[in-house]
Amino acid sequence: MILHFTLNGQATRVECDPDRRVVDLLRQDLGLTGVKEACGAGECGACAILLDGVPRLSCLLLAAQLAGHEVLTIEGLAGGEAPHPLQEAFARAGAVQCGFCTPGMVLASHALLARQPRPSRQEIAQAIAGNLCRCTGYHKIIDAVRLAAGLSEDDS
Amino acid sequence: MRPVLLPASLEELWPLMRDHPGAAFMAGGSDLLVRLRQGLVDPPAIIGLEGIAELGLVHDEAPGWLFLGAGASHTALLEHSLVQRRLPLLAQALAVLGSPLVRNQGTLGGNLGTASPAGDTLSPLYALEAQVELRSATGSRRLAIADFILGPGRTALQAGEIIYGAWVPLAQDWSLAHFEKVGLRQALAIAVVSLAALISLDDGGVVREARLALGSVGPTVVRPRQAEQALLGRPLDAASLKAAARLVRQEVSPIDDPRASAHYRRQVAGNLLLRLARPAD
Ligand SMILES: Cc1cc2nc3c(=O)[nH]c(=O)nc-3n(C[C@H](O)[C@H](O)[C@H](O)COP(=O)(O)OP(=O)(O)OC[C@H]3O[C@@H](n4cnc5c(N)ncnc54)[C@H](O)[C@@H]3O)c2cc1C
Ligand code: FES
Ligand code: FES
Repeated sequence: MILHFTLNGQATRVECDPDRRVVDLLRQDLGLTGVKEACGAGECGACAILLDGVPRLSCLLLAAQLAGHEVLTIEGLAGGEAPHPLQEAFARAGAVQCGFCTPGMVLASHALLARQPRPSRQEIAQAIAGNLCRCTGYHKIIDAVRLAAGLSEDDS
Repeated sequence: MRPVLLPASLEELWPLMRDHPGAAFMAGGSDLLVRLRQGLVDPPAIIGLEGIAELGLVHDEAPGWLFLGAGASHTALLEHSLVQRRLPLLAQALAVLGSPLVRNQGTLGGNLGTASPAGDTLSPLYALEAQVELRSATGSRRLAIADFILGPGRTALQAGEIIYGAWVPLAQDWSLAHFEKVGLRQALAIAVVSLAALISLDDGGVVREARLALGSVGPTVVRPRQAEQALLGRPLDAASLKAAARLVRQEVSPIDDPRASAHYRRQVAGNLLLRLARPAD
């Protein structure tokens, strides 16, 4: 099928099978390797993208479902050369070790901040509960989101 | 390559169903696509339901009932004010279903269609005595949830029908609505045992009505009727709950599986009841 959708702000036209998994479409056909795949079964959140602003699992979406919709991957978050404030905060807070979970974490956090600009640590932990990290133990990821939100640890 | 059809309305859906016999429905795909990848299913076509706006409706237009559309995502239900206000039992279950990502993707209709004994919306719907509405090109029928779910992965859905939604009676104001699931970890835990409980107390704190529904302790959700009966006319205290818990352990029929033994499930099923104790005031 010829698929038309908006990818990272750009009108995109691509030919693919309608039942191609979105994670394969994005990584293999469109070269967006910031989208990661680990479990392929909804368990880890490494493949998270924003579909019309909502965090979704690209390993459990089919290409045809994107028609007419807006997709944001980590590559499109900053919208330019300079990193997005969330990416900046992840780096500053030491929230990135191997980095495999980071794109999904940043996108899930981005969706949270759009909804709740001043999240508590608890709210952040809940928002990233579907994104597994094998390295950081999560504390620094939560620190990073708080930092990006301009919250110090004295604020609640 | 298999076709993925995305009708925008029920009028568009019916002819597609006729022209693609054997096609699988996909709502959020969080069960179907996992099973597809595991090679457990191999449908000739997939009919996606997400474009059918009316399946996403939640309303209380029929007096005494709350309607929950099959296509509503768990997140949409959890955030809906009617669900929060009128169905705290279901809201508690939705809050611990999968993860935020799974809740954004998965739907009520998918949870019903999968008919897993561990499906987290099912025990609340059993306790609430909800009905499931099925629709076809020619009509509609409503079944009590206990008649809709036939066994693990088996439902009363016939060829030509879709799950349209769930109807929840709002007849009662319950004194206590409690959902709890015991899993192997906090997030993304599949229930080893779950309990949905609705209790109505009179002014003296004596149980007037008790509805209990347990998940993952049998092929379908179990309503332990003897335990429910045993609570009637008694205060919700440790003694009455212990007696009911003993009955619960007799009434469930759990199995051993890699997540837990039948013995453990039986014990926990009873223990969960003890959490309902209210401090005397
Ligand atoms: C990582 C992960 C964690 C999970 N954790 C939980 C959990 O904690 N608790 C829980 O209960 N579930 C859990 N699930 C299972 C799943 O997310 C839920 O069962 C969800 O509700 C399925 O909804 P869906 O819309 O994604 O279903 P789909 O996969 O789209 O459909 C499931 C089945 O229902 C049928 N179906 C769907 N809609 C209709 C309809 N309207 N009419 C007729 N048939 C229909 C489909 O054909 C299919 O057979 C988990 C899944 C994953 C991947
Ligand atoms: S790769 Fe999609 S959730 Fe793990
Ligand atoms: S940094 Fe390695 S998985 Fe999170």
